[in-house]
Amino acid sequence: MSERIREKLRILADAAKYDVSCASSGSNRKNTAKGIGDTGSGICHSYTEDGRCVSLLKILLTNHCIYDCAFCVSRSSNDVKRAAFTVEEVVSLTMNFYRRNYIEGLFLSSGIFKNADYTMERMLRVVKKLRLEENYNGYIHLKTIPGASEEMVTEAGLYADRMSINLEMPTEAGLKMLAPEKSHEEVRRELGVIRNKSLQLSDERKVIRSVPKFVPAGQSTQMVVGATPESDMEIMYIADHFYKSFSLKRVYYSGYIPISADTRMPVIGTSPPLIRENRLYQTDWLMRFYGFEIKELLNGDFPDLDPAIDPKLSWALRNPAFFPVDVNTAAYHAILRIPGIGVASARKIVSARKFGRLHAYQLRKIGIAFNRAQHFMRYADSPVQLNEKDPAVIRQTILNNSQSKFRNGLNGQLTLF
Amino acid sequence: MVTYIFDGSFAGLLTAVFDSYALRHHEVVLVTRQEYQPAFSGTVCEIRSDEEKAARVWKGLEKKIGGRQCHKLYTVYLSEDTDAFRHLFGYARYLFDNGGDRLRDYGNSHVLAVEGYAKKVSRERHRMKAFVRFKKASNGLYFAVITPDFNVLPLIGDHFKNRYADQKWLIYDRRRQLGMYYDLHQVCEVKPEAVTAASVSVQAEVTLDETDELYTSLWQDYFKSTSITERKNLKLHLRHVPKRYWKYLPEKGF
Repeated sequence: MSERIREKLRILADAAKYDVSCASSGSNRKNTAKGIGDTGSGICHSYTEDGRCVSLLKILLTNHCIYDCAFCVSRSSNDVKRAAFTVEEVVSLTMNFYRRNYIEGLFLSSGIFKNADYTMERMLRVVKKLRLEENYNGYIHLKTIPGASEEMVTEAGLYADRMSINLEMPTEAGLKMLAPEKSHEEVRRELGVIRNKSLQLSDERKVIRSVPKFVPAGQSTQMVVGATPESDMEIMYIADHFYKSFSLKRVYYSGYIPISADTRMPVIGTSPPLIRENRLYQTDWLMRFYGFEIKELLNGDFPDLDPAIDPKLSWALRNPAFFPVDVNTAAYHAILRIPGIGVASARKIVSARKFGRLHAYQLRKIGIAFNRAQHFMRYADSPVQLNEKDPAVIRQTILNNSQSKFRNGLNGQLTLF
Repeated sequence: MVTYIFDGSFAGLLTAVFDSYALRHHEVVLVTRQEYQPAFSGTVCEIRSDEEKAARVWKGLEKKIGGRQCHKLYTVYLSEDTDAFRHLFGYARYLFDNGGDRLRDYGNSHVLAVEGYAKKVSRERHRMKAFVRFKKASNGLYFAVITPDFNVLPLIGDHFKNRYADQKWLIYDRRRQLGMYYDLHQVCEVKPEAVTAASVSVQAEVTLDETDELYTSLWQDYFKSTSITERKNLKLHLRHVPKRYWKYLPEKGF
């Protein structure tokens, strides 16, 4: 018995690991009636050896699948071991892991067996059993099965904290090439169902307080990067569009890890595009927390991000007219645009300057990346400077004086140990 | 320059603030009795912890900066660091002298240092919420042993109470010999019975629930399977899970 369940878990956790989302925050489900679990700001209970957070028990219900998407490890033509959990098995794994404080909750996805509704119905049974029979109030992230009916998806929303459905490829053309059965249209439809229901219920909640929770942690999606030849601009414009039209909480960018001998994609053994992935996430953050419009960061003249420097520094070097910014007088959103100053430091600066002009030693202590920021700001004791510095010189100075975690990856030099 | 020796208690720290005003000392070095080493010169002043004085200072602080910020000061105290105590002392005096709105004067070294310590303690508290791993005993008790860097056990009781309302649990801080026990109704502090030096300490054997081993190995399996070898990045892994925490974690082989 125990050997069988161990094998199933190995197979179905392995197949689920390519879904990057592991967020457990943003929900507000509280423990009721002395049940078990509650949600809040999210906790990472462990980290894998690749440095990703382990917050949820991330598994597939089954890796049997009728679809043959070229980028997917569970595609029907792939020769891998198949397995399927029973509803009871998923529930008891979740409960026992949760009770031992291993996890924040469950991330349940599935290959599609028979048809979309049949699969969705099984997943629905898992979450209903957890919520209604086990009195479980921990986090549940449920993947929407493409093609599942509106009723089924809406019902699932009553029990899940977050729902997601993956765009898979950044463009429709890319997706059609690798996964002919899937389409962005389908994703839009499913995201739209949840968005509309959420809006409707939140309006009702203003009048009637007891309206049930509905996907309180919102929706997210994921795109595979580097399997098909899109530019960074195409990827981020799609992301921006989905953030705005479907009020998504997150878009995830997953560097493609070659898992197939398919000649349309990078060959097995090619290392995943980690630097690119990182730069995309940085751009995503600039859009969501730093007040940048995506067309400032990526546009026709500048369609791909610079791998050597971060996108904020890159923007600053392209817009020397915006600088220097005086931290003692400038508005918060202008300070936020200085490379080397983040949200927390910018807030501290704006609070602290009410009590006196800020000097270099204070800015350093507040925690900004002074070496980078000094080229773009003025402060109480900044040195007198007559001529404007050339962006190319600044770029070289910063690169020479800083250590990038990607330095080795960029010049292709091997490390000795 | 006057040296204040206090007993290391929170009340003692607040009493020191009170006395510094009562005695009109402006330049004060705070030191705990444990760490005090007599010097050749300088005035030394022994602070006697006084609940009444402490309460007055605490009330004054609450009036100036509010209960929430005061709680933050208490968490800084839990760092058990003499340097943090000195900054708390300086912080309190700075705010009393200049007004409560100075709590956001991040250009001041005490204000910034107190924020820094609060962040450190908060990070350790968060890690304990994450890294505590319960084992299930045959009598149904879920228990865990921890040795946090700071005394954060008092800060995590409510979190576990809200989360595990239907199971009995015990978290024990071995370094500080302090436990938190939840009996399905309330959380209370527990201390091990005093053991005399002569008596041989007998490690009480706990019998584990029969399913416990299975779930531990399932968790270890899961941890292995969910890692992507092509993306292996041990440097990042270690930054998130420093080695000193591995002793809590069954997935790291402990």
